[in-house]
Amino acid sequence: MSCADLPCFPLRPGRVHEVCGPSAAVFAACAAASLQGPVLWLREAWLTETLNPLGLLPFLDPARVLLARPPNQIDSLALAEEALKDGSLALVVLEITRPLDLREGRRLQLAAGAGATTGLCLIPEGMGSNAAETRWRATPIFDAAGTDSTPMRWEIIKNKMGTLGAWNVCWNAKAHRLDLVSPAGD
Amino acid sequence: MFAGTQRRIVSIWFPRLATDRALRACPVEGPFALVQRLGNAETLFCLNAAAEVAGLFRGMRMADARSFCPGLVSRPARPDLDARFLAGLRRWAERYCPWVGLEGADGLVLDVTGAAHLWGGEGAMCADIRARLERAGLTAQLGRGSSRGAAWARAHFGDQPAEAPEPDLLALPVAALRLDPDTVTGLQRLGLRRIGDLAASPRAPLARRFGPDLLTRLDQALGHSPEPVTPATKPPRFATRMTLPEPIGLESDVMAGLTRLLEPLCDKLAAHQAGARQLVLTLRRVDQASQQVELRLAAPMRDPARILPLFARGLAGVDAGFGIDQLRLEATRVEPLAPAQLGTTPAASPDRLADLLTRLGTRIGLENIHRFLPAESHIPERGFLLAPAAFSPAQGGFHAPRPRPLRLFPPEPITATGATPPARFRWRAMPLSTARATGPERITPEWWLEDESWRHGLRDYWRVETAEGRRLWLFFTPQNPGWFVQGEFA
Repeated sequence: MSCADLPCFPLRPGRVHEVCGPSAAVFAACAAASLQGPVLWLREAWLTETLNPLGLLPFLDPARVLLARPPNQIDSLALAEEALKDGSLALVVLEITRPLDLREGRRLQLAAGAGATTGLCLIPEGMGSNAAETRWRATPIFDAAGTDSTPMRWEIIKNKMGTLGAWNVCWNAKAHRLDLVSPAGD
Repeated sequence: MFAGTQRRIVSIWFPRLATDRALRACPVEGPFALVQRLGNAETLFCLNAAAEVAGLFRGMRMADARSFCPGLVSRPARPDLDARFLAGLRRWAERYCPWVGLEGADGLVLDVTGAAHLWGGEGAMCADIRARLERAGLTAQLGRGSSRGAAWARAHFGDQPAEAPEPDLLALPVAALRLDPDTVTGLQRLGLRRIGDLAASPRAPLARRFGPDLLTRLDQALGHSPEPVTPATKPPRFATRMTLPEPIGLESDVMAGLTRLLEPLCDKLAAHQAGARQLVLTLRRVDQASQQVELRLAAPMRDPARILPLFARGLAGVDAGFGIDQLRLEATRVEPLAPAQLGTTPAASPDRLADLLTRLGTRIGLENIHRFLPAESHIPERGFLLAPAAFSPAQGGFHAPRPRPLRLFPPEPITATGATPPARFRWRAMPLSTARATGPERITPEWWLEDESWRHGLRDYWRVETAEGRRLWLFFTPQNPGWFVQGEFA
């Protein structure tokens, strides 16, 4: 499941990471697939989009996913902190709707460290927190050759413990792993 | 006869329990009956006195009863409410003696041995019972005797005013022995009409002809063989309480008090092999105001060490005022929880996850934490179910015959025409151009379910890969031409 050529993935455990871009949900699904254990997905109740378990099937068993619908972001952050601290989950995915300040980001980091749980915030573009361990941008790209593959471009745009980079990746549903694709143009 | 004190039994029979109960709630003048549906016909289940005078009887067809008595008022019978009413009467009868049992569906049996003198003798006690039941609007017949069978026989066949002497058991008809109707008919054909006739006949031929049950009933009525009164067991109450000599106000003190309350409660739960699902802690303050802290648990549990920290969040919001001087803890919802084998490994993961769900549930409500369950439907929105995670176990069995989008949203219209996906379109203010379109996949609405969002009729779904990268799920509605975006693929 791990990919030697992709240095920061799977995500470093016990830290909170961020991802933005149109394929952020896919990134979260890939991150959940690389871990064992239950996943808590926090999404505020007023958001009308839903996560489709049938769409999750190529990545992980939807029975592993718990979906919480807090009424606002304050509750959402409180739940994320509680869940990260507990340590019985493998991954906590948190959908952010307004920017986090340094205090909130830092509290999430401390909670993740205490519970040794990975956290992942799905953020709108440009709403990152300074406390994040890594920040990724995931965008889908058109694949002229294949019909079923779903290539994406993953860029690290912030990394506390390493360098930045960009990769074209593709989720292999059959082998259940992430394949690195060489960019067509390069 | 048995050695020792002679037992005294009082039997109370309510011949019209069901109608009396219904008429107590809503009185009716004139003939009244409760109607039960048996097979295809409505039959009379219970009647009041006026209806019996009019010539109606139990088990009569409702249509016949109407023709006999056009003014008959009827209501549907509710045997469940009758049973609950009788249970209430059983509790009421405990004021006379502690040993009260149910006798069939319409009677009570009281073992008043050693309790009657408190009421001034059996006669006075029976008169009191009779007067109170009459005031409550209940028809009752009482019988007393030295055995349960004798009391039953006198209640059903020899009811007399309190001061009259007890009727002779041997003079009562054989039906007073609680026999089935066939046996009664058989005995009458033999000329054995009274209990005395039966007691005087030789036993062996009777047992051969009618089976051992007849003689057992006879011996029970005459007091030769024992028949105990079984009082109903009280349902266990899972509640503990502590009154404090001095008011307390600190959160740590309340937690310490709660620790002491939890231990006996959890011991009691363990003795009944049950686990608490919902707990209510009532804190009474010195000014008589009280505050409640409710805790709903994601799984039944009875471990004090695990429940205690879950209360912390609820207790933090309590206003102690001038101090709290009474704590009461009650398990308001209890579920069976079998004892589990102790393992050598530390706390298993499902328990920890249930604890976490409880803590999250105290903040946003347990019903707001969902898990996905599979569902049988081709409609994208109904291809899965969202069920509260605390109340439904995880299930596998998801399958998608075709690729499905990872994210679904309410259909968003785009401007396009024609039955094939547009080459260029705007979605969410983004100009997009179609590079490859796969489809169509036709999905018809489920006609047996009313769904507002499917009023456009059939849908032809297309997976559209745009040159910009986004992979979208578009659909076209041929019956009502229009294009919509409903999801985004991985």
